[in-house]
Amino acid sequence: MRDKRMTAADVVAELSDGMTVGIGGWGSRRKPMALVRAILDSPVRDLTIVSYGGPDVGLLCAAGKVRRLVFGFVSLDSIPYDPWFQRVRQQGGIEVREFDEGMFYSGLLAASHRLPFLPIRAGLGSDVLRVNPDLKTVRSPYDDEELVAMPALSLDVALIHLNRADRHGNGQYLGPDPYFDDLFCMAAKRRFLSCERIVDTSELDGPPQSLLTNRMMVDGVVETPNGAHFTSCVPDYGRDEAFQRHYAKSASDEDLWPSFVDQFLSRGETGYQLAVQGMS
Amino acid sequence: MSRIDVCVAACADLFLGSGEILASPMGLIPQLGAKLARLTNEPDLLLSDGEAYLLGENGIEGWLPYRKVFDVVAHGRRHVVMGANQLDRFGNQNISCIGDHDKPTRQLLGFRGAPGNTVNHRTSYWVPKHSKRVFVPRVDVVSGVGHDRGFHHVYRVVTNLCVLDFDTPDGSMRLVSTHPGVTVEEVLDNTGFPLDIGEAGRTREPTPRELELIDKLDPDHARD
Repeated sequence: MRDKRMTAADVVAELSDGMTVGIGGWGSRRKPMALVRAILDSPVRDLTIVSYGGPDVGLLCAAGKVRRLVFGFVSLDSIPYDPWFQRVRQQGGIEVREFDEGMFYSGLLAASHRLPFLPIRAGLGSDVLRVNPDLKTVRSPYDDEELVAMPALSLDVALIHLNRADRHGNGQYLGPDPYFDDLFCMAAKRRFLSCERIVDTSELDGPPQSLLTNRMMVDGVVETPNGAHFTSCVPDYGRDEAFQRHYAKSASDEDLWPSFVDQFLSRGETGYQLAVQGMS
Repeated sequence: MSRIDVCVAACADLFLGSGEILASPMGLIPQLGAKLARLTNEPDLLLSDGEAYLLGENGIEGWLPYRKVFDVVAHGRRHVVMGANQLDRFGNQNISCIGDHDKPTRQLLGFRGAPGNTVNHRTSYWVPKHSKRVFVPRVDVVSGVGHDRGFHHVYRVVTNLCVLDFDTPDGSMRLVSTHPGVTVEEVLDNTGFPLDIGEAGRTREPTPRELELIDKLDPDHARD
């Protein structure tokens, strides 16, 4: 079987300007932050980001990587708003496609099933249809009910982070929620999984239903210990709330931000993890 | 007894008669209300821990990750209590952004699940600070859908001043009751549109047993 191990830099080398990149996790939970940080270090730009947004969105906005965001919300969970996302939105700095979060799920599901759309009630009557004028409704062929035709959210690349994986791409989540990471993979042409630890297939123990991705859904596996930091990756670690507060405070003040970048984001993933250790 | 305990009891009353459905209260006061309801009138309510589990009286009784929450939303056996940055007289709610959607003056959370919630199941709102900033003639972005747009699931609004519903011929907002110590004028002065005050009464005070339970649920008084 194929050995799909690679580095975060290898993953980013597969990205090109203008690509549509889906990012797994949810809010400030189990985000593939090491892969996101690797994008910050790269020259790639003009990305369309598709995300149940958390600090992944904020950091990519801060680095000017985002041309367009497809989202249902952006939140740090314990802190309601991401300051960088707010700033670029309020400056009109990015295009957005904003959906109800259930519509977002339908869009991922449609893409992963290779369907052009899936019908859903969510969105009817709301301004989702006004702010996305290209969205269409369909009539049920059975009873004529009008439903929103949520278009497939097809991705060039999916980036997800799990607790464990083997070198072939069989991935395992050990926390309570799979989020939508398997669907992100199935909606994408190229699929990259980062994980806390790469183990032998025989060491992927735990309930079999925790095996969220199988190897046909994954093209590359990256071992990135603490790679979801500062978002949560339970049970390996919870959200680093103190660090998240520091991020939010720095992101709220354009005078403070350069020192955050200097301290944490200017010396690669190793430098980041050392600086985080030094802080605690 | 404090005003906030009245609000908790009013949130508990949102679930009267709900039976065996998922209560999804957003924010501390609605959460305390839903828990209080289950300990008193509505023992069959299902409650999430806010993460991926359903919590019964003796710990975890079910698994409800986000994906399955969307299934329950579509299935309809749910009553959500959401917040609102803006709310109009027909119950249209905004949590997306203030101003023009292309370049907002203030970006908020986003649509979240508001459009889906309001077309699928009963929805109520909790407004901790009743003001003209929240109760506006017209919301900037319709996230949660109100009664004038063809949907009829918005049930009630509980604020720090009063309880409101939409039980009027045209589905517009009506004052149900003011909390003890609050006048009708105070509510009208802080509402940015005309309000049907009909025969508004007084919001009930929590019973001694309810007050005891609220204290047990929130011993550190995070609610104050």
